[in-house]
Amino acid sequence: MAGLAASFGSGAMTNSINEIREAACIFAIGTNTTANHPIIGRQVTRAVQKGAKLIVADPRRIPLCRLADIWLRLYPGTDIALINGIMRVIIEQNLMDTAFIEERCEDYEAFRASIMDNDLAVSEKITGVPAQDIVRAAKMLGSISPATVLYTLGITEHSHGTDNVRALANLALLTGNIGKPSTGVNPLRGQNNVQGACDMGALPNVYTGYQKVEDEEARRKFERAWNCKLSPSNGLKMTEMFEAAHEGKIKVLYLKGEDPIVTDADTSFIEKAISHLELFIVQDIFLTETARLADVVLPAAGFAEKDGTFTNTERRVQRVRKAIEPKGGSRPDWMIICDIAKSMGVEGFDFDNAQEIFEEIRALTPSYAGITYERIEKSGIQWPCPDDKHPGTPYLYSERFNTPSGRAKFAHVSYRPSAETTSHEYPFILITRRSAFHYHAVMTHKAEGFDELRKEERIEIHPADAATLEIQDGEVIKVSSRRGSVKAKTKITEVVPAGVVCMTFNFLETRTNILTSRAPDPVTKTPEFKVCAVKIEREESAYITKDYMRWGTGKI
Amino acid sequence: MNKVSLNINGITVKADKGATILKAAQDAGIYIPTLCHCPDVSSIGVCRLCLVRIKNRRRFEPACRTIIEEGMVVVTDDPEIQRLRQVILELILSDHDFNCLLCPKSGQCRLQELVNRIGFNEHRFSRLEHVAKDLPIDTSNPFFDFNPNKCVQCTICVRTCHEITGNDAIDMAYRSYDLRVSTFADKPIKESVCVSCGECMERCPVGALIPKKVEHPTREVKTTCPYCGVGCGLYLGIRGNTIVRARGDDESPVNHGGLCVRGRFGYSFVNSPDRLSIPLMRAYDEYAKPSSVVEVTEEGRPITLPLVKRDGKFVEITWDQAIKYVASSLAHYKGDKIAAISSARCTNEENYLFQKFTRVVLKTNNIDHCARL
Repeated sequence: MAGLAASFGSGAMTNSINEIREAACIFAIGTNTTANHPIIGRQVTRAVQKGAKLIVADPRRIPLCRLADIWLRLYPGTDIALINGIMRVIIEQNLMDTAFIEERCEDYEAFRASIMDNDLAVSEKITGVPAQDIVRAAKMLGSISPATVLYTLGITEHSHGTDNVRALANLALLTGNIGKPSTGVNPLRGQNNVQGACDMGALPNVYTGYQKVEDEEARRKFERAWNCKLSPSNGLKMTEMFEAAHEGKIKVLYLKGEDPIVTDADTSFIEKAISHLELFIVQDIFLTETARLADVVLPAAGFAEKDGTFTNTERRVQRVRKAIEPKGGSRPDWMIICDIAKSMGVEGFDFDNAQEIFEEIRALTPSYAGITYERIEKSGIQWPCPDDKHPGTPYLYSERFNTPSGRAKFAHVSYRPSAETTSHEYPFILITRRSAFHYHAVMTHKAEGFDELRKEERIEIHPADAATLEIQDGEVIKVSSRRGSVKAKTKITEVVPAGVVCMTFNFLETRTNILTSRAPDPVTKTPEFKVCAVKIEREESAYITKDYMRWGTGKI
Repeated sequence: MNKVSLNINGITVKADKGATILKAAQDAGIYIPTLCHCPDVSSIGVCRLCLVRIKNRRRFEPACRTIIEEGMVVVTDDPEIQRLRQVILELILSDHDFNCLLCPKSGQCRLQELVNRIGFNEHRFSRLEHVAKDLPIDTSNPFFDFNPNKCVQCTICVRTCHEITGNDAIDMAYRSYDLRVSTFADKPIKESVCVSCGECMERCPVGALIPKKVEHPTREVKTTCPYCGVGCGLYLGIRGNTIVRARGDDESPVNHGGLCVRGRFGYSFVNSPDRLSIPLMRAYDEYAKPSSVVEVTEEGRPITLPLVKRDGKFVEITWDQAIKYVASSLAHYKGDKIAAISSARCTNEENYLFQKFTRVVLKTNNIDHCARL
């Protein structure tokens, strides 16, 4: 998100889901859309059926490749070399939108010079994509409009994730594909309310609506509203928190609705960091692997047991309604927080229902100011929505960008290798992904039926690699990185290229994230989940069984 | 939009240019029976039940595939059409399972409705050799079954899989009497490329594609799906205090009624017996009394809180105890010694409140969530 914010001013999907099917050209990079966002995958399918061109860039042969006009099978972590190569061709062949660049953008000349430094032959060498395919993709992207870019964690979960995003933003600016329907740079967000959590200021550097903590005026506004003194310095990012905990600087961690022991990178380190805490409070609906380490566990109510709002990936604020009574003695998270605050004698936490909280959010957040529960009773509204007559904003930047000058900035981005590269000892690249049949590690396993569709981890390995290592399909192998090792059954398939293996992190029996690297992006501190060097060894005697006892009995 | 006017059953009807006779008639409140028509996929006119008579055309035309023309004169119902429809329906019924009482689709079955509307000639029907098919039922998918014996070959499921999901897991296979819906190489559904989204099941007009568990809800609640960031609108069907089904919200501008496998079938976690229901705490001595005792544990780490036994087991406590304990413990640490991690799974209101709590009460900006992961 930081990448988009730097280029355009806001970190969010620029356009709407419904616009995708009207696009004439779709560039899907680092997104297995049909598995992780099936409903958006259907929009892409619709567009292609209506004649849109589809360019897929992914090391894996994902289902979308079947529909694609061009599939750019790049080496993991070489996205920038590919995008810069495409942009060089666009500039060389004079396919850029000069009028748009002059009118709406800045820093073009410097950017142009930096792009012309990229040699196509070098791009081909780095990415492994034939130069002619790069040229074809560039011609398509440069000449067909409206074109839209879709991406997800395949772009951001790298040690150069922010740069990846800025490169895509450059591409959209260069071809004038932004600020119009069915265009834009569109991050498809993974969790139901990750957009909302960001909008609400659950971030160390901003309050609600991205009002900066370091901005004195914004801070004063919140000090007045909350009637207290606020810290003027930015807080720690999640990855830094665990490092600080490990060093003993953070003593207390209050964690709500997350399972970092399973989903974060380098989980052995996270586990160690948690053991250094003096007090660890977890609030969740299940006794997750993380909650098992807590001192206090507070049972929260699930989504069907409380009222509120979620903000989806296209910035649409939608209602969540209470359908059933909370299970057992669990309580909605907001009620628990209010109770603790009141017990600590703090004012400002007297809320009777979610709507009262939303009214306070509206009053403090310009982009949400016009949204009320009454207005979103039937269907949601997309922010920014500054007043109660405003219909909401399906696509951003139709007139100006959210930068001080109102113009979008071209960024100078050049290719850097991933933080971790292969070596003689660790010759394979591991990519992580999510299964189409599971969410993370808990919800779908607790729901009936999903384990029948995919019951265990199958590590994908190319037939040539399997032949070299003399590995059979379905054999249990040991995968090790510099941080640890896990065991999993193999699946020999050409979905992955040679030299690359791929695992999901959906199964507790195979904790894939023990392997992954914490090497962070310098701006967002997002760890490099998508590239990590591993070795593979045969494990003839080992086999894994599903340990139902840990979850099934409910006893501790 | 250009309007075209035509005459249906003697009534002058105006409809949008390019509309089918079926659409024009339905909008004007005129009933035409259909079996293979489904509004959100293309029409192919295989069931022939919507045949209508058009003036100056030699043969009957399917209403679902015939585009209206200015001045067209259409008759949707007369004795000859009725007889035609009865014969078509009798042929469809000739190999269909008649045991409606045990069919979960009973009451919502389009075939039942058509029999009620069109009826059939018992004399003629009795002369047809009624042979119910006896094909194996595909129960491989954990969420729905496919019973080919109840299939009427309307191909709505095939068109849905191609046009709506783009997945192409099923198609029509074999010829003539053996014609049936099949996966590639006739494998069980679970072994095909099917993604189990259940869109075909949702649209099946008869009892051929049917959910494994059929429980009819007593009320429905409109809400938003809790899985990915797309935020599909849906209705949760509730019976008692249990979610028994979910269906997409047709009016949602996000998903227009569609859902994926997680959104349609992934709700039994809410009623999972593993859900936490009582606050838990590590067992240790006097937890009610905050103290300033500094002790050294086996790991050599000083404890400034009441004697918390790290390796101890969890004990259940009341909410009052839990809130009091958390509040009094947090009061010991202020500012940058504390960090809070919020959740992208919780509501906006809860995220707002949690960051406010962190900033106002805990006096730190150390608040984050998994957005960067």
